[in-house]
Amino acid sequence: MHRRPEGPVQFMTRYVIRRLLQAIPTLLGVSVISFVLVYNSPGDPILIRTFDPNITQETREILRRQLGLDQHWTLQYIGWLTGVTLRSGDVVEEFTRDDFHCSYAAGLNTTFCNSGGGILRGNLGTSIATNQAVWERLTERMWATFQLGVSALLFSLLVGVPLGVLSAVRQASLFDNSVRVLAVVGNALPSFWFGLMLIYYFGVIRGWLPTGGIRTVSLTYEFDLVDRIRHLILPTVVLAVGGIAVISRFMRTETLEVIRTDYIRMARAKGVAATRIWFVHALGNALIPLMTILGPAILGVLSGAVIVETIFSWPGMGRMTFSAAVQRDYPTVLGAVMFFSLLTILGNLLSDVLYGVVDPRVRL
Amino acid sequence: MTVAQADGSALDTLATDPLLQRKPRTYWSIALQSLRRDRVTLFAIAFLFIMAVLSLLAPVFAKGIGVGPNDTNLDNAFQQPYLGPYIQWRTGQDPTTAPLMLGKSGGVPHWMGTDQLGRDQFVRLLYGGRVSLGIAIAAAALTLILGVTVGTVAGFFGGPVDDLIMWFINTSISIPGIYLLIIVTSMFKPNPITLTLFLGLLGWFGTARLIRGNVFKVRALDFVLAARSVGTRSARIMLQHVIPNSLPIIIVNAAIDIGNLILIESALSFLGLGVQPPTATWGSMLNRANNFVFLRDPETGASLALHLLSVPGLLITITVLSLYLIGDGLRDALDPMMKNIR
Repeated sequence: MHRRPEGPVQFMTRYVIRRLLQAIPTLLGVSVISFVLVYNSPGDPILIRTFDPNITQETREILRRQLGLDQHWTLQYIGWLTGVTLRSGDVVEEFTRDDFHCSYAAGLNTTFCNSGGGILRGNLGTSIATNQAVWERLTERMWATFQLGVSALLFSLLVGVPLGVLSAVRQASLFDNSVRVLAVVGNALPSFWFGLMLIYYFGVIRGWLPTGGIRTVSLTYEFDLVDRIRHLILPTVVLAVGGIAVISRFMRTETLEVIRTDYIRMARAKGVAATRIWFVHALGNALIPLMTILGPAILGVLSGAVIVETIFSWPGMGRMTFSAAVQRDYPTVLGAVMFFSLLTILGNLLSDVLYGVVDPRVRL
Repeated sequence: MTVAQADGSALDTLATDPLLQRKPRTYWSIALQSLRRDRVTLFAIAFLFIMAVLSLLAPVFAKGIGVGPNDTNLDNAFQQPYLGPYIQWRTGQDPTTAPLMLGKSGGVPHWMGTDQLGRDQFVRLLYGGRVSLGIAIAAAALTLILGVTVGTVAGFFGGPVDDLIMWFINTSISIPGIYLLIIVTSMFKPNPITLTLFLGLLGWFGTARLIRGNVFKVRALDFVLAARSVGTRSARIMLQHVIPNSLPIIIVNAAIDIGNLILIESALSFLGLGVQPPTATWGSMLNRANNFVFLRDPETGASLALHLLSVPGLLITITVLSLYLIGDGLRDALDPMMKNIR
């Protein structure tokens, strides 16, 4: 049978589908690793919840039993994954409430309960700390992290790209060397300390900018764009430092590569103005490979967010995960980890696909 | 007359030729030579060396100053650094401030001031350096041992072994590392040793990938084939041929790894998840100082905690910077391709 040669679009589609299928075992692995780590840790989530001395030990035991925390972690893992929990012995004959269904299998002497949830069915469970659905908690915080991440990404592009191009234009000049030094220092700078110093200077000493939070607390909760932007400035700068360092180095290399090509030499020979060569011919072609940095940049922002959000009291997902871990809110922590891992996998996929789009010679 | 006899005199002159008397230039001697010319790297190495020596001698300094790292003096909290007033006293510019400070601290010169409990910041920085540097170096050693072993095995054997290892590594890398560490440390409340273990056990994936890539290259070289064809065992080939050829990558990676680990450890300690108080680390000192950002002198309005906020962070930055610069310098020195370009 004769088959038509595969076009680039079909090839890309097939590639993306294959990668997405590969992501399934990876996510399963992530779920096992994080579950084992979280559930085998010392500390008692029930004791933290029920610190009230009036609560008796029996109540705690009932609570523990309700949440299934008294069972072996493998059983808890299965319950978390599939929403099906099992318990030996005859707990109830037959039980149905909303979408919660239990039945007793006499042959196995086990009661099976199906909660209709489980992460395989897209249900991340319920937070122990707030009794909210974990997904709801995440989506509540997602917008704040998204705002911060996007503004940091834009800021690092706006600063990093010109720095990189100018370094390449003035290769081996004082400017180039200063940018190089700044890039190394930017990498070595601990973001929490940099944030602290910015808070200290601009927030405390000068009083120009707010020291934390996403908006000024007011009774009316009116949306105030200027106020929002003022709150956004310092965390954006701190989160963008790493990106600026990477992007400026990357742009320098790419621009240097482009300006060695024949068409730039041709443009020069034709007498095209230098600024036009740099910022139209060279920049345009050097910018395309920058797309491939997008994936790692998203991941960098996601990782950096936890510390930046914590120092600036930014109500984002990173800070929520941190406090959930401290509170031993297992379902929230695990849900957040699963979500971040999914984003990481998608980010990597995005950057690999963009590699192929940017440079068709790259075999995926 | 044999050829040797005929050329005897010529050989004799050759043997005394100073150019031929030179030691052979090996890969490592060339690297060392180019490193000697690299001032930035030498400076960074010198800084780290001084830092390490100061940290190791922390008890000596503490004894000399007369105050331990955890000795509190609540009457003398937030004392400003003594160094500036001391110089002004000795040069005769300000004869009063320094003796007054000494009187308040009971005769102990707090060169870098005191914290909220009146503990000496200089001594705490030295002791903190021991913990921070110690944890980072030990954890880096652990990541290298694990990363090199796993990476070499995966790259050397390939096939299903490689597939399995790479699946595990890719899975683990899919979890953003800092979140994994935050979860683990917040739940286990680590001491320095367990923190080192966590950092090491959760940090070797990148190293393993790097080494694996290099082993793929080395494995295809002729001397490996030669060794295999005379019946050398796999373990011996790996130890004798493959790992030594990864050594430049391992060394460069080690320097950068230690820098990264210092950053991660101090970030965790800053969040209050690292080594628990009262043990001083650079990150945990900043964690305490963080609470006093707004603290000011009620009379003059000057910030009381600036020395607590600035110095530990500056020290982290310079130390990590030195390690990154050393990594860069070693990369240049150890890369034979780079030398041809120069």
